[in-house]
Amino acid sequence: MAFIPLLAMVRKDLQLFFSDRRSVIVSFVVPIAIGSFFGAIFAGGGQNREPARLAVAIVDQDASAISKAVLAGAETDKNLKVATPTEDEARDLVKRGNTAVAVIIPKGFGDAAGKAFFGNGDKPSLDLLHDPSRSTELAMVRGILTQHVMEAVSKEMFGGDQGRQLVEQTLPQVQSSSMPVDQKRLLVEMLGSVQKYYNEQRATGAQGTTERRGITMPYTVREEAMTAGSNIKYNGYAHSFAGMAIQFLLFAMANMGIEMLLERQRGLWKRLRSAPVSKLTLLSSKAVSGTILSTLILFVSFGFAMIVFAVRIEGSALGFLGISIACAMMASTFGLLVAALGNSPATARGVTTLAVLMMVMLGGAWVPTFIFPAWLQQLTTVVPVRWAVDGLDAMTWRGFGLSSAVLPTLVLVAFAAMFAGIAAARFRWEEA
Amino acid sequence: MLAIKNLRKSFGSVVAVDDVSFTLGRGQLLGLLGPNGAGKTTTVSMIAGLVTPEQGEVLIEGARLSGDTDLKKRRIGLVPQDLALYDELSARANLRFFGALYGLSGATLEKAIASAMELVGLIDRIKDRVATYSGGMKRRLNLAAGLLHDPDILLLDEPTVGVDPQSRNAIFDNLELLKSRGKALLYTTHYMEEVERLADRIVVMDHGRVIAEDTLDGLQSRVATVGGGRATLESVFLTLTGRSLRD
Repeated sequence: MAFIPLLAMVRKDLQLFFSDRRSVIVSFVVPIAIGSFFGAIFAGGGQNREPARLAVAIVDQDASAISKAVLAGAETDKNLKVATPTEDEARDLVKRGNTAVAVIIPKGFGDAAGKAFFGNGDKPSLDLLHDPSRSTELAMVRGILTQHVMEAVSKEMFGGDQGRQLVEQTLPQVQSSSMPVDQKRLLVEMLGSVQKYYNEQRATGAQGTTERRGITMPYTVREEAMTAGSNIKYNGYAHSFAGMAIQFLLFAMANMGIEMLLERQRGLWKRLRSAPVSKLTLLSSKAVSGTILSTLILFVSFGFAMIVFAVRIEGSALGFLGISIACAMMASTFGLLVAALGNSPATARGVTTLAVLMMVMLGGAWVPTFIFPAWLQQLTTVVPVRWAVDGLDAMTWRGFGLSSAVLPTLVLVAFAAMFAGIAAARFRWEEA
Repeated sequence: MLAIKNLRKSFGSVVAVDDVSFTLGRGQLLGLLGPNGAGKTTTVSMIAGLVTPEQGEVLIEGARLSGDTDLKKRRIGLVPQDLALYDELSARANLRFFGALYGLSGATLEKAIASAMELVGLIDRIKDRVATYSGGMKRRLNLAAGLLHDPDILLLDEPTVGVDPQSRNAIFDNLELLKSRGKALLYTTHYMEEVERLADRIVVMDHGRVIAEDTLDGLQSRVATVGGGRATLESVFLTLTGRSLRD
């Protein structure tokens, strides 16, 4: 007996949802569109993509061997996209936000840097003009530039003309200095050896057999993306589609709650309550139809991502199913909560929009939670969306097994139970 | 068939219904009259199970109505004042849904839908979305939705609000037919001529209490007119409830 009304109410809710073209578009098409956009941004190198290069302007006012070598090194760096404008143009590019950092190599930089390399001269300054909103890029450019400047200066000082001239200038100065004899002798012997080295290098260099070498990075980097399996690659679309699908299924369910308030306003709940149907059946039907719709939204979004962007469930398919259904239950009971706590459709709409946006923002649906401050990362564990997003990430591109799905599933079911409990307790049942 | 005994309901400090009692027999139409805020809708809501009375009871054939899932609720049909219909769905989909709430399914449900739609004269528009219906048609469909499960008692809360004379007349014909079939009808309205035409007995409520209960003739005989003729129901009503404006 109770089964017939329950089925009828579920069927009616699905009919109403699919009869509203706007709801269908917002719930199914929009998350796919936004998920595709965010996925393209956060896709990373998992699909043999070229990493985005940092736009840097280098103004070489020195034109010395060292400054030219710095420029050449930067131009071959795979992390940088180098432009060589004038200083005024460089300043304008940074001001307009077209370039994150402009590097100005001032006149005399090479000469001064060479002297400072051996510690007997003032260090020249390298001017970095930067966009204040892009401090992360400034730090990256600073690091990359250190490497290229050190390589260029050391190469020049251990084999270039500038290094040889510096030794030739320094040797007579030392010999005529008033320093203690034993110290002078040791220094003259050392500089003499260096001069001899330069001369030999010059002689062999003229024959074209030896390449000058300076200081180079004493290590190379081997990068390995850590997922649960060696053949599992990161796919940014998996995260973006999870986030956007969850956001829009929450919006759909909040809207379902508002529809319940509208049903009350239109007197439909009088009809429902006058029928011999229990309160449990009435609320359960809404929870069931909401769970079905939410699961559909999630599956359609992921289905699209699988077909178009090669997103795969690299972990447990059963775990993915469990987290999806638990997430759908959480969302549908959130809709019940809206119906129970909302005074009117208009006020509920504003409050729930804010609540959903806060939940998805703090839950990492827009941007990964690792960029949050540590305290906020801890705090967001009380947000159900965080568990849903992390759980779906674990089952898709992270490739974890069923055991990793258990905790997020249980937490989401617990949230669903809490929402349903509050909704049942606070629901206004009397229809005067 | 229906007996209301000492019903009371208050909302906060406002007593909406206080010690209301009346009975309604098979094949009767009881007109429930009262100014705004008199307690008519709250009384109907308590009978329909929408509101729990603080005191008193609702008896159907002598048995007390209790609980949401009491099967005796199947003997009551509610036609609410609001057009409680899903505009986005067809008339058939609406009636399938409302019928299923009473456990109807399959051929029984389809037969009940056809019968109700025939009665209200909308069988030709059964497949159309309710949004395409006129106000009068929606009112008739609202009535059909309350009749689907063939209730013995029909609660009609201002069922003709905002409809044209043709639709109103059609609804009256439907109600007279239902009465002739032995249904008990409780009818609340502000339109005196409707009660004059339809009601076997009239209950007048004010400030949550029953202030008069009689036949039309009985009520009219209570009020003397200047010329010695029969008083209209409206003048009886105003005499009983006063002329002060209500919220």
